[in-house]
Amino acid sequence: MSNGYNEGGVETQSLNAKLWVSRYADYLYSFAIARLNDEELARDLVQETFLAGLEKLEAFQGKSSERTWLTAILKNKIVDAYRKKSSGLEVRRSEDEEAKAHEDFFEASNGHWRDDHRPVDFMTDHVDPLINKELSGILKTCMGKLPSLWLAVFSMKHVDDESTEVICSSLSVSASNYWVIMHRTKVNLRACLQKNWI
Amino acid sequence: MNELTKIAYNCKKATFLIEKKQTGEINIREKLELKIHLAGCSICRTFEKQSLMINQMVKNLMGGADEKHLDEDYKKHLQEIIDKKMNEH
Repeated sequence: MSNGYNEGGVETQSLNAKLWVSRYADYLYSFAIARLNDEELARDLVQETFLAGLEKLEAFQGKSSERTWLTAILKNKIVDAYRKKSSGLEVRRSEDEEAKAHEDFFEASNGHWRDDHRPVDFMTDHVDPLINKELSGILKTCMGKLPSLWLAVFSMKHVDDESTEVICSSLSVSASNYWVIMHRTKVNLRACLQKNWI
Repeated sequence: MNELTKIAYNCKKATFLIEKKQTGEINIREKLELKIHLAGCSICRTFEKQSLMINQMVKNLMGGADEKHLDEDYKKHLQEIIDKKMNEH
């Protein structure tokens, strides 16, 4: 009987909600922190995700796994957080970000690399896990120094593979500004890696 | 100076196109411009190589390989909230 089946379904789900913390809290927290670089905010979003999940329990249709479903809720919360952060930035950008946006790696007159910013071939081609680990650590620190709008754009593209259109519309960034940000972010990250490695 | 000569010497534009190319959104003309630049500029070739490596590193770094842990007190707090909410229903 379809009724009995439904009730059974709801019951299983509510039982599972009791296990969310032990099953998914660390996963969701890691997911959020990788994209936001803000422990406090990441914690809050995990809580909000669980609460929103409880509100929407009936809407869960079992088409995806519980973890995928919760992650989708968290993703939306992360985009909201990006949006909040970046709209705050337009009103008042921190001095640090202002400096970074204007720091130039190229000569204004002809677009040549400036002498002190020229890429040096310091990354090895062969894959050494230890060196990789160390480089990744530096990369993480470098990402933490990016203006939040840049980090948002960059992670949506390179971590989540979102399309340019989705990124631009959810963060209210124009297409041309999007490319400027992608370019500047990469040039900055690369320079930061080089500076801290050599 | 025509456009192609300009790009041949402009590293800022070339690195911009390198980034654009990685998401598959450059046109044939831009592709040609970039090719010409890279043929003569080893510094930007290094940039391109490193840029791709960074993409890969970012993916690995954020792909969940690096598991973080919420502290136990906060987890307890979350559990209490969930239990309370569920008892309301």
